[in-house]
Amino acid sequence: MLGVVADDLFKALADATRRTIIDELVEKPGQTLFEICSRLSMKHELGLSRQAVSQHLAVLEAAGLVETRREGRCKFHDLNTAPLRQITERWPVPDAPGPEESAP
Amino acid sequence: MKIRLTSVFVDDQAKALHFYTEILGFVKRHDVPVGEKDRWLTVVSPDEPDGTELLLEPAGHAAVKPYRDALVQDGIPLAQFAVADVRAEYERLRGLGVRFTQEPLEMGPVTTAVLDDTCGNLIQIVTQAQ
Repeated sequence: MLGVVADDLFKALADATRRTIIDELVEKPGQTLFEICSRLSMKHELGLSRQAVSQHLAVLEAAGLVETRREGRCKFHDLNTAPLRQITERWPVPDAPGPEESAP
Repeated sequence: MKIRLTSVFVDDQAKALHFYTEILGFVKRHDVPVGEKDRWLTVVSPDEPDGTELLLEPAGHAAVKPYRDALVQDGIPLAQFAVADVRAEYERLRGLGVRFTQEPLEMGPVTTAVLDDTCGNLIQIVTQAQ
């Protein structure tokens, strides 16, 4: 079961466009499909159709990384980074030294 | 060929006239009764009284609702209006209670925002740096 979830997660992260979508949702939570498309085309010069962006969002949603909510008649997309915890739970990362410790 | 007129479908023409004039700031150009309750109702920009007219067209046709619902769900605007400063206009309109589905977004020389016209449409406002 966990393996299936992890497959979806790694598949979702394995694409540069989907990682860009995640970056944009970090910058501004709660975006419509239209806004995500605008950012990809205008900021990143990615010439993707709305259908293609929609499919990328579906992959992110299947991995639990994107959640949607309806507000009025609009659908907004938000990032949920909680599934990323699976990665460090599976392969723990040593605690990074704090900034005060790494200062000379 | 020239574009003299373009249109948006509106749920309620009286309500739309209020929003497009009192809130957005257009001025009424034509208002002619058509049939029992509909009007040939157009507005223009006060900066261009002889410019392109926007027809506030009744949304009665059965195809309008599914068409607009699908676009609004994805946040897609049906018309775009030019403003001198998107951010200033955003603040002004928010002060008047207008709801935005996209806050001002600067993308190189272009800044856009998307608002709900309360008559069934999303409208994009845009400023293009010269």
